[in-house]
Amino acid sequence: MNRVSVALCVLIVVGGAFLLAALNLGTAPGSPFHVPPYVVSLVGKYLCYAILALAVDLVWGFAGILSLGHAAFFALGGYAMGMYLMRQIGTRGVYANPVLPDFMVFLNWKALPWYWHGFDNPMFASLMVVLVPGVLALLFGWLAFRSRVSGVYLSIITQALTYALLLAFFRNDMGFGGNNGLTDFKEMFSFPLQAEATRDGLLIASAIALAVSLLAAYGIVTSRFGKVLIAVRDAESRTRFIGYRPEQYKLWVWVVSAIMAGIGGALYVPQVGIINPSEFSPANSIEAVIWVAVGGRGTLIGAVLGAVLVSAGKTWLTGALPEVWLFALGALFIFVTLFLPTGILGVLRRRTRAPVSVPAPEPAE
Amino acid sequence: MTRPHEDTLLYLDNVTVTFDGFRALNALSLVMERGEMRAVIGPNGAGKTTMMDVITGKTRPDEGEVIFGRNTDLTRLDEPDIAALGIGRKFQKPTVFEPHTVWDNFLLALSGDRRPRFTLWARETDEERDRIEELLATTRLSDLRERRAGDLSHGQKQWLEIGMLLAQDPLLLLVDEPVAGMTDAETAQTAELLREINRSHSVVVVEHDMDFVRALDVKVTVLHEGSVLSEGSIDHVSADPKVIEVYLGR
Repeated sequence: MNRVSVALCVLIVVGGAFLLAALNLGTAPGSPFHVPPYVVSLVGKYLCYAILALAVDLVWGFAGILSLGHAAFFALGGYAMGMYLMRQIGTRGVYANPVLPDFMVFLNWKALPWYWHGFDNPMFASLMVVLVPGVLALLFGWLAFRSRVSGVYLSIITQALTYALLLAFFRNDMGFGGNNGLTDFKEMFSFPLQAEATRDGLLIASAIALAVSLLAAYGIVTSRFGKVLIAVRDAESRTRFIGYRPEQYKLWVWVVSAIMAGIGGALYVPQVGIINPSEFSPANSIEAVIWVAVGGRGTLIGAVLGAVLVSAGKTWLTGALPEVWLFALGALFIFVTLFLPTGILGVLRRRTRAPVSVPAPEPAE
Repeated sequence: MTRPHEDTLLYLDNVTVTFDGFRALNALSLVMERGEMRAVIGPNGAGKTTMMDVITGKTRPDEGEVIFGRNTDLTRLDEPDIAALGIGRKFQKPTVFEPHTVWDNFLLALSGDRRPRFTLWARETDEERDRIEELLATTRLSDLRERRAGDLSHGQKQWLEIGMLLAQDPLLLLVDEPVAGMTDAETAQTAELLREINRSHSVVVVEHDMDFVRALDVKVTVLHEGSVLSEGSIDHVSADPKVIEVYLGR
């Protein structure tokens, strides 16, 4: 990972998004160059996954925190956006209630719960996209890192966190649409969500968000802060004896990472048109870890590459042989762990020179 | 024992540490003066490393006083606080930051602001560069500055770690078995390096290697079963019948 490859990755992501959007809007549906709208949304979805993967790599690859619950932050950002989109439906819902979303009318609720207030305002909703995952991560991280919980134990409690949220959001009386979640969105920032131009806009927005996340993550890991972080990852007690407080470093990067994941989720929801509790399922978080492992842990670009490649593989395989996907994912993880411990990027880099930032294989705990 | 006074740097009195009924330290008492270099020897399990753990805040004693300088109670502080006070520690097994270059290892160890909000925006200053150049020269690692620390030889890693201690500019250096696994030439160079360091810093060296301790030519404390068995010059302690019994006979 160096300046040039990061710049190249940013260029490909943003340039590619503009190109796809142009080919979608600027060519007739019969043309061989035409990009159908479903491809635009699909790629937009991959880019959101790539933001989640970057968030996972930031904590796992550089701070040694293996989070098996990162999709929780992604889903929380998604729900914050979903709540805004629900409020935008207004009288166009089935029950045509100007204030209450359909599912609340259906449940015979008379008034909007307090935590739904303000979500009709796009600025407030955007703030919540950042604040909700950020504050949860701050609380969780403060408790966990201060008590020096690390390694497998930390992984397990991150998993428990996302599972608890999954169960909570399933409940109808939580007020988030229960099992069905939030869906049937009409417009976002006054743009109709079904329009191709809006979808192209969302793709470009996702590409820009990914590019900014990548640059921010690169800035963090190459700063002196990042050097301390890598030192914490490899020799935590040593950093303590030098006078650093590893828990502070972990907390900072943990919160940044959670916010990044939340932004990814917020861009994901309008593109897929739904957010429901299954986004909290532990399997999603594990899949995100697999993206990073496949692409190359501690390389940032590898996380992006892994997310896009594995997700594309999933799209293809769940279409061709739906029942095989989970086995294929498991097999992929085993293969990568055994034969590509440094991921795709690690293999590419080994041809040039020994990587500075790729972590040593973790000792068994 | 005398209470800590002007010239006392480190004062341990009646320190006891128990692990599951095993007394790792048993009413250990030890006083060090400012500017002193002290060698601590003793067979395996004598409590040498536990003593280091207590001084650096890794282990809290069950009983006893640990005072740094005139009146700083070390038993109430944790590792980063104690490091900030000016006590640096080198571990038995060299632990340097392997993925980083020699230069960056020194950079991270340099005394300065340790808070994330500082390090996130910190840029290398000229002063920092000068200090790192000095450290590279002292530890004889100038030509290896761009080398990954993980790729250094065992002896070079030990020197890098000692250099990182110096970078923190501590008042007291704790050095755990610096010459374990070194060649004779490296051992001699290390003794020289430590004597050089002792000109401006107080040092505690824990070591097994008697030739090395003799080369240091400083006051020696012999630990046995968690307390002090004998103290004095190397010739004095090696003539002490109690020491001879512990080391040779049983």
